[in-house]
Amino acid sequence: MAAAENIPQPSRRISWFSMGNSKGFPPALAALMLAPLVLGLLIAFVQPVGQLLGTSLWHPDFTLGEYQRIAATPLYFRIIARTFILAASVTAIALLLGYPVALFLARLSGRRLTLATACIMLPLWTSVLVRSYAWIVILQRNGLLNTFLEWLGVIDAPLPLLYNQLAVVVAMTHVLLPYMILPIWAALRTMPRDLPLAAGSLGANGPRTFWHVVLPLSLPGVASGVLMVFILALGFYVTPALVGGAGTLMLATLIGQQTIELLNWPFAGALATVLLVATLVLVAAFNRFLGLDRKGAA
Amino acid sequence: MSLATAADCSQPDQSTLGGTVSIETIVKRYGAHSAVAGVDLEVARGEFVALLGPSGSGKTTLLMMIAGFEQPSEGAVRINGTDVSWLPPHRRDIGMVFQKYALFPHMTILDNVAFPLRMRGQAASTRRRDAIEALQLVGLDGMEKRLPGQLSGGQQQRVALARAIVFRPPVLLMDEPLGALDKKLRERMQIEIKRLQVSLGATVIYVTHDQEEALTMADRIAVMNQGRLEQVGTPIQLYEKPANAFVAGFIGETNLLEAAVLGASMGTCTLRLKDGSLVEATRASEAASTINRVVRIAVRPERIELRVAGEGRLPGVVEEIIYAGATLIYFVRAENVGTLTVRVPVQSPGLRPARGDRISLSWDASHALAY
Repeated sequence: MAAAENIPQPSRRISWFSMGNSKGFPPALAALMLAPLVLGLLIAFVQPVGQLLGTSLWHPDFTLGEYQRIAATPLYFRIIARTFILAASVTAIALLLGYPVALFLARLSGRRLTLATACIMLPLWTSVLVRSYAWIVILQRNGLLNTFLEWLGVIDAPLPLLYNQLAVVVAMTHVLLPYMILPIWAALRTMPRDLPLAAGSLGANGPRTFWHVVLPLSLPGVASGVLMVFILALGFYVTPALVGGAGTLMLATLIGQQTIELLNWPFAGALATVLLVATLVLVAAFNRFLGLDRKGAA
Repeated sequence: MSLATAADCSQPDQSTLGGTVSIETIVKRYGAHSAVAGVDLEVARGEFVALLGPSGSGKTTLLMMIAGFEQPSEGAVRINGTDVSWLPPHRRDIGMVFQKYALFPHMTILDNVAFPLRMRGQAASTRRRDAIEALQLVGLDGMEKRLPGQLSGGQQQRVALARAIVFRPPVLLMDEPLGALDKKLRERMQIEIKRLQVSLGATVIYVTHDQEEALTMADRIAVMNQGRLEQVGTPIQLYEKPANAFVAGFIGETNLLEAAVLGASMGTCTLRLKDGSLVEATRASEAASTINRVVRIAVRPERIELRVAGEGRLPGVVEEIIYAGATLIYFVRAENVGTLTVRVPVQSPGLRPARGDRISLSWDASHALAY
């Protein structure tokens, strides 16, 4: 009932299912439309995550043992740290590579835009598995890159390019790059074309126009891109499992081992909780400092 | 707007505001199409020139070449005598006001107005002082800390104006700056901008497609059509002595009638309209003194007199009468000629026919121009 009072209308006879005003749906209709999604999330997300969390604390009696084990074992701490460092590196590289691409895309129109969009979207529609295997083909001992370098005479023996951190970073950056490009591109596209022109007429050269006008206005896009890539990278499973080696074990792979191979659900639950909490803390901090929800490009 | 103080404030540092602009046979081609096809225009110190034309006439392209956002294919732009044709926009020192304000949404009003000063390396303290002064000029003092999104359209356009004059550019360009405002606000802003321009002595080139706006504000109007200047002149010259049928039709309301030249005498000519009526008009082109040439006669609605049938030159039937406040508008259908618009002041003592009445029309030869 309280929600219905929010509609700023003189008439009190607004039906719960008719449009109250042009700006929003009446609350009951909005709730009805949201219901399938909420229900789906409850069944497929909240319940299993909650259960996993529960398993990590009660099996069957309450214990903090699993968490103590994580805290007491340097190996697990190293894996968590490695996961965050890898995710941060991937995010940073994706930002450096993705921003210029988004800037370039934002200036295109017509057929070139269609072509460029296809180049960005096509990898997204290709399975992560395929894209990760492609990197194995390129980086393996007798792969494309080694063969090419040997043919050039730059190296005598094949370099160990695969199954190390570098391979993981390269492959993950490639897979996640579109998630960085798209939000930045969207932010740049909505920026009125007049603004850089105005900056120019007021005395700003190209670099200063970028620094004072274009970059600040694209920050919301940068923030969403960074957040999306970082969170996806934190929980990335397939690519590190394929192109990584023993020294590149990441949190998601570890959780996978614990659930599938060792069937240690309580411990997997504890690891998953650590990952979830760390992610939430980071998102909150990020939101606070970059003001994701405040700075609109409007 | 506190205009008295405005003029005083601008006195100390006699600015560069109010330079000269010469446009020399400038051409802009896009492939085979010429958006601007050879325009010459001299704008004097402190002059307000309106570029007026229908959309696609090349007026905005011309403005963009003056601003430096487009490079001319031929010709040159000179500001205070210096050729700036190949300088990038940021080195031209031109103030520009855009149709959609183009304020930086992430900066406060003060930072927006101080932006050009910051780009010129001015110290923060004098930057602030000058920006506040410019905001006072446009009547927006006290708004410094707000963001553009918190201001109304009219206020945003004033901020854009303050930002364009704060660094005292030799010339101020405006690209349909009032196009996004409603009619009432637009009319008020026209007067305010005009007063500000006069008090600052600024040179302004103002693009518009609204002829009323051009007539209200401009010292001279340059009428553009298909990439060329049709006529450049004061509002009175353009209205009273349009150089050709296009200008006559574009500036103000005009009745354009086709007629064949029967004979020409001192300054005037006799013509036959399509219904056979004989009328007189002033010769305004070579064609109008060539016997048998088909020309066009332009007559303003307020210059046509309503007469009793048979007394005037051109017979017609009153099709419609509209009461428009100060004037009555008659639509009079003349057989084979078309429908003419006639405006009569409400208080005038003349003939008041009713709808369907047969009447006749006449005009003084000096008020009808034959092209």
